[in-house]
Amino acid sequence: MEKREFHITAETGIHARPATLLVQAASKFNSEVSLQYQDKSVNLKSIMGVMSLGVGQNAEITITTDGDDEADAMTAVAETLKKEGLSD
Amino acid sequence: MRAMLKGIAASDGIVCGQVYRLVEPNLTVQQRAITNLDYELNRFHQALEAAVSDVETIKTRATKNLGTDSAQVFSAHIAMLQDPELITAVETQIRQRKINAEAALAAVAQTYEASFQDLTDNPYMQERITDLHDVTKRVTAHLLQVALPDLALVNHPVIVVTHDLIPSDTVSVNPRYILGFVTDLGGRTSHSSILARSMAIPAVVGTQHATDQLTNGEMVILNGTRGQVMVDPDDDELASAQAAMHERAANLKRLSRLRHHGTVSRDGVGVTLAANIGTANDLPSVLQNGAEAIGLMRTEFLYMDADQLPSEDDQFATYKRVLTAMAPRPVVIRTLDIGGDKPLPYLKQKPETNPFMGARAIRQSLTHQQIFRSQLRALLRASAFGNLRIMFPMIATLDEFRQAKAIYDDERSKLTVAQVPMGSIKIGMMVEVPAAALLADRFAQEVDFMSIGTNDLIGYTMAADRTNQDVAYLYQPYHPAILRLVNRVIAAAHGAGIPVAMCGEMAGDPIAVPLLLGMGLDEFSMGAGSILKTRRLIGQLSAHDLQALVETTLNQASTSQEVITMVQAAVPGILT
Repeated sequence: MEKREFHITAETGIHARPATLLVQAASKFNSEVSLQYQDKSVNLKSIMGVMSLGVGQNAEITITTDGDDEADAMTAVAETLKKEGLSD
Repeated sequence: MRAMLKGIAASDGIVCGQVYRLVEPNLTVQQRAITNLDYELNRFHQALEAAVSDVETIKTRATKNLGTDSAQVFSAHIAMLQDPELITAVETQIRQRKINAEAALAAVAQTYEASFQDLTDNPYMQERITDLHDVTKRVTAHLLQVALPDLALVNHPVIVVTHDLIPSDTVSVNPRYILGFVTDLGGRTSHSSILARSMAIPAVVGTQHATDQLTNGEMVILNGTRGQVMVDPDDDELASAQAAMHERAANLKRLSRLRHHGTVSRDGVGVTLAANIGTANDLPSVLQNGAEAIGLMRTEFLYMDADQLPSEDDQFATYKRVLTAMAPRPVVIRTLDIGGDKPLPYLKQKPETNPFMGARAIRQSLTHQQIFRSQLRALLRASAFGNLRIMFPMIATLDEFRQAKAIYDDERSKLTVAQVPMGSIKIGMMVEVPAAALLADRFAQEVDFMSIGTNDLIGYTMAADRTNQDVAYLYQPYHPAILRLVNRVIAAAHGAGIPVAMCGEMAGDPIAVPLLLGMGLDEFSMGAGSILKTRRLIGQLSAHDLQALVETTLNQASTSQEVITMVQAAVPGILT
């Protein structure tokens, strides 16, 4: 299992466009991918889950990947966060 | 025929074809107990797949018409339709409660909606609820086996019948398949009419009951010149409609000989006939109708058809496409004119009691400079590909123009430093606020060109909201007060040696054209479908002789009707 924390810098938080791209990135892998924010954890392959968290600017989130391709999954998610300007 | 619907003639032409109702079907869901679980689960998955396939088609069409960024919302819809948590939740409902898929989906959607609504501090959540509704509706429609209409899904020629045409309806359309439009609401200057004219597609608006009275697949004859829709015509009626279509086609063919001609009056005065466009999709009809320029490209649709701001690159691509297609002919692009009747949901504009007099157009651009600057950068970058002119809308004071110009200069110098290739650009203003019309001589000292926007100028001068049917009688383009203002602006521009255009509906109006020609207007910009007719009309008129008509009208007319009578007397045989 891999676990990493991210600080959300984007002014608009994780809105529709990046949420879609994050879900698309996570869905490519077999591993379970989850997003934890405050006391809630959701499946990162579920766009409804991601959007229901309403992650805003300056949020601290934790991404967990668990499975046979957990390292690749983490890299892909981290890259998407960076590419979309959500986190450094 | 079964019936004759009457409406407002919004866009010329006669067509016959089958009705396509762009009306949401009844999607009321009844909860039922089910016995065959596998059958119900299978039904749910088939509906999901059909919905994904719909959205893929819509996305492809939107990407083609609008660019990747604007089509992004459909990727989110697809992700929702494939959401594993949502799918499992619906399956669980079906299994445990033994209820039908429609009811199970409705229950799950409601739960999500409630959790979204808790996040009231997040401005994006309201839009996500809208997305959820859109997606649920599409799946429910497939489950109920009723078609959820969408113009992107039309794959044969039809006459579209709808309550009111909105820009987002037309962006996903394949123009080849749309023969005509019939709407319940709207008037000659409403957006639906402007859209139809810019696409040069016949339209009848304001029929009030068309969506109730017409059924899918029914044959109709739409006469956009007379404002009539004949329902279920008999053979004789079809034959005479076809004869009228042929006559019109022959007439258009005669007119089309004027395509590559300049526009010159009988006494040798040359003017420019230009087209108004809303999106790059209007380009084919602009070129077919022999426009000598684009006198007004509205940029609102770039912003209104997305759920977030269009990126600078997406805008650049659209502007570049238009400039390249028109080069070396000039293209006047108007910076963002939102607010009023064109709000942008994702901007979270404050509700205003009087939006037409509120923070719209340049007022909004000067306070939301990030949006304005990104548009200016896209325009500056695109200027290398053609003959660009930038126009600021709704300028009321010189200070507003100077501020907007300073922001433009600032962005230009930044791009110069970055060595971005750019063309030379003329900067002008739209004259649509009466204060600017009255002070046109002062403005003319500072702007490169002026363009009179008559739709709003008439609205603000007569103090009448053009979207309000009850005061529609006040929309009077020939009113002597309007003519005096227009004449004043033209004289002021010429006094300062700058060109002046008109880009409202009035510029293609056969009663107004002789007056405008007599006043010395340099450029007439209109819906593409009116260009060739206007070119022929101007060829029959003598600009010099019309000066006397202008003089009489300005000095002696007290009402619109008197103006019409005077023009008809001076130019016999003119159409009204």
